[in-house]
Amino acid sequence: MSRAATTVGESRSLHRFANPARFVRIADAVYPWALAGMAVSFLIGLYLALFASPADYQQGDTVRIMYVHVPAAWMALFVYATMAAGSASYLIWRHPLGVVAAKAAAPVGAVFTFLALATGSLWGKPMWGTWWVWDARLTSVLILFFLYLGYIALMNAFENAERGQKAASLLCLVGVVNLPIIKFSVDWWNTLHQPASVSRIGTPAIHESMLWPLGLMALAFTLYFLVVLITRMKSELLGARLRALGAAAAEGR
Amino acid sequence: MVGGAFGALVARDLRLALRQRGDALTVVLFFVLTAALFPFGLGPEPNLLARIAPGIVWVTALLAVLLSLERLFLADYEDGTLELLAQAPLPLEAVVLAKVLAHWLTSGLPVLAAAPLIGLLYGLPAEGYGVLLAAMALGTPSLSLIGAIGAAVALGARRGGVLVPLLVLPLYVPVLIFGVSAIDTRLQGFEGDASLLLLGAILAAALPLAAFAAAAALRQAVE
Amino acid sequence: MTGPSFHRPVPLRPMPVFEAHDLGCLRGERAVFAGLSFRLQAGGLLLLTGPNGAGKSSLLRMLAGLLRPAAGGLTWDGAEVWDDLGAHHERLRYLGHGEAVKPPLTVAEDLRFWASLRGAGPAEVDRALERFALSGLAGRPGRLLSAGQKRRLALARVTLGPAALWLLDEPTVGLDAASVERLAAAVAEHRARRGMAAIATHIGFPGEDAQVLAVDDFPPIPVEAEALEEGAW
Repeated sequence: MSRAATTVGESRSLHRFANPARFVRIADAVYPWALAGMAVSFLIGLYLALFASPADYQQGDTVRIMYVHVPAAWMALFVYATMAAGSASYLIWRHPLGVVAAKAAAPVGAVFTFLALATGSLWGKPMWGTWWVWDARLTSVLILFFLYLGYIALMNAFENAERGQKAASLLCLVGVVNLPIIKFSVDWWNTLHQPASVSRIGTPAIHESMLWPLGLMALAFTLYFLVVLITRMKSELLGARLRALGAAAAEGR
Repeated sequence: MVGGAFGALVARDLRLALRQRGDALTVVLFFVLTAALFPFGLGPEPNLLARIAPGIVWVTALLAVLLSLERLFLADYEDGTLELLAQAPLPLEAVVLAKVLAHWLTSGLPVLAAAPLIGLLYGLPAEGYGVLLAAMALGTPSLSLIGAIGAAVALGARRGGVLVPLLVLPLYVPVLIFGVSAIDTRLQGFEGDASLLLLGAILAAALPLAAFAAAAALRQAVE
Repeated sequence: MTGPSFHRPVPLRPMPVFEAHDLGCLRGERAVFAGLSFRLQAGGLLLLTGPNGAGKSSLLRMLAGLLRPAAGGLTWDGAEVWDDLGAHHERLRYLGHGEAVKPPLTVAEDLRFWASLRGAGPAEVDRALERFALSGLAGRPGRLLSAGQKRRLALARVTLGPAALWLLDEPTVGLDAASVERLAAAVAEHRARRGMAAIATHIGFPGEDAQVLAVDDFPPIPVEAEALEEGAW
């Protein structure tokens, strides 16, 4: 906020909470670089993943699903961690941008999670012969997906937007505490119910020819997240501004 | 002072629940009725029913507790009691725990008491009953505690009744898993299973977590 | 503290002062009031007036420690209220819009519960019943009470246990003339014991030497002016 407003009267200038000019400046500076980086890494990453990299000696071309699946699964967790950080900064330091970021990130994270589930299922059909198995990892990702949906539903369930923001932020933090417990319990449950023979497929040493496309795709996904996050945050902030102006106009002040 | 206030609050909630005696009864009826529906869908084969009994008992118990969660804070929120409790001389965390205790006594405990009946209907082997009761005694308080978080954050929300299950059910998964596996491993003839210990650990973790998170949500709700 | 204590005033604390400095209030995304200050001394009565939506209830909730001010501060004897909310809650009694009357509980049971939270004895419960002409209704369950009777029960609750500060939100709404007189007498007695009261009302309240605070005298800076001034958007 400007000096002038401060001198006019800090106490009466309540709208400074809705004027994150500094964020917008930084975001505008970062945006073109992120967009360009995303385009480049997507192009090269997809080329390497779909054409240049070798087929797996066991899995054949099916392995190429992994170049989408693995980064999507990473992003599913990464986005949730971002949301948790934003929610914490909002609840603890009352930083309004934290919740704006978390709110903007939630649908993106939900889509990444869905993508991870869908590609996992597509991969599972030829590998396991079925679209869905109650594999420990799949099950805990499914629960993560429901946590995302719960967050979004709670955020939008209140007439008073601020209530929704606070309640959803709290839920997000509770989810962080619970995620490891859920993951751990699902692992445990899984090993109880089926002997550990099938789940050995997952982790062979990755060859360099596969590591490159994987890394590039992960970079592309991260930059995509950043681009969408900035766009969504800016539109959310403009929306809040618009509502404040509208409310003021309606009151004729 | 805090102890006396805590007791007064629990006593008041129990008195309210007993005067509106439908509530606790509805939960138990729902529990028994839902559990009795499964054989209609699965067929009356005794071996199958005996094998799935632990899972059925836990899933239906979880749904029955869920059913009663909405009333945990909602009435107090709507009539202004919550505002007064937020200013009472005991911390809001203690208010949460008092209300959760009353909730458990009127939902989890009756369900626990009715659980052997479901076991009987499903032909649960005799050695399963002790561990069933132990697992439910450790697990159902966690259901009330975790549910309190969901009920508190959804206060004042549109469609709160549908929202709470969506928020709470994913968080119930660990209790469900260990609750069932405690009984299953016992039925398979193993002794000294860790599931009961883990249920206890979840309860120990849920106590402070629910108290803090639900109290924070209630503070937001009365703002 | 049994019997009328008119003749023998018992000070709750030497000379407490309750002050607000430059309070600002945001509801949702709307700024309600800003730059609001007042100073309330022991035995003082503060009347909060203003049209609907001016923020009387929000201000009262801030004073009650339920709503955190978006700007400014609240002090009790110079100490910031939000630094020790528990102590603030101990010394205040708040009456909001909700009467918090439970349908299955009788009037006496209701008062006894709140008395036990506040550390007040049976004698005080009886006195509170008598003060608001509820003695005859003591055994009646909440669901059979009329709107005015519920209001009286909520007011009776306020008088339980010693408290330095009463915060009442439109306490006279739904009360008949006799009950308003009883309430005015209770507030006067509270003030005679060096208690303070802040009362939000749009129709006025009988009381001597009341400070009147018109909440609508403290509008926030209009958002357009600020947007123009900052020029960031």
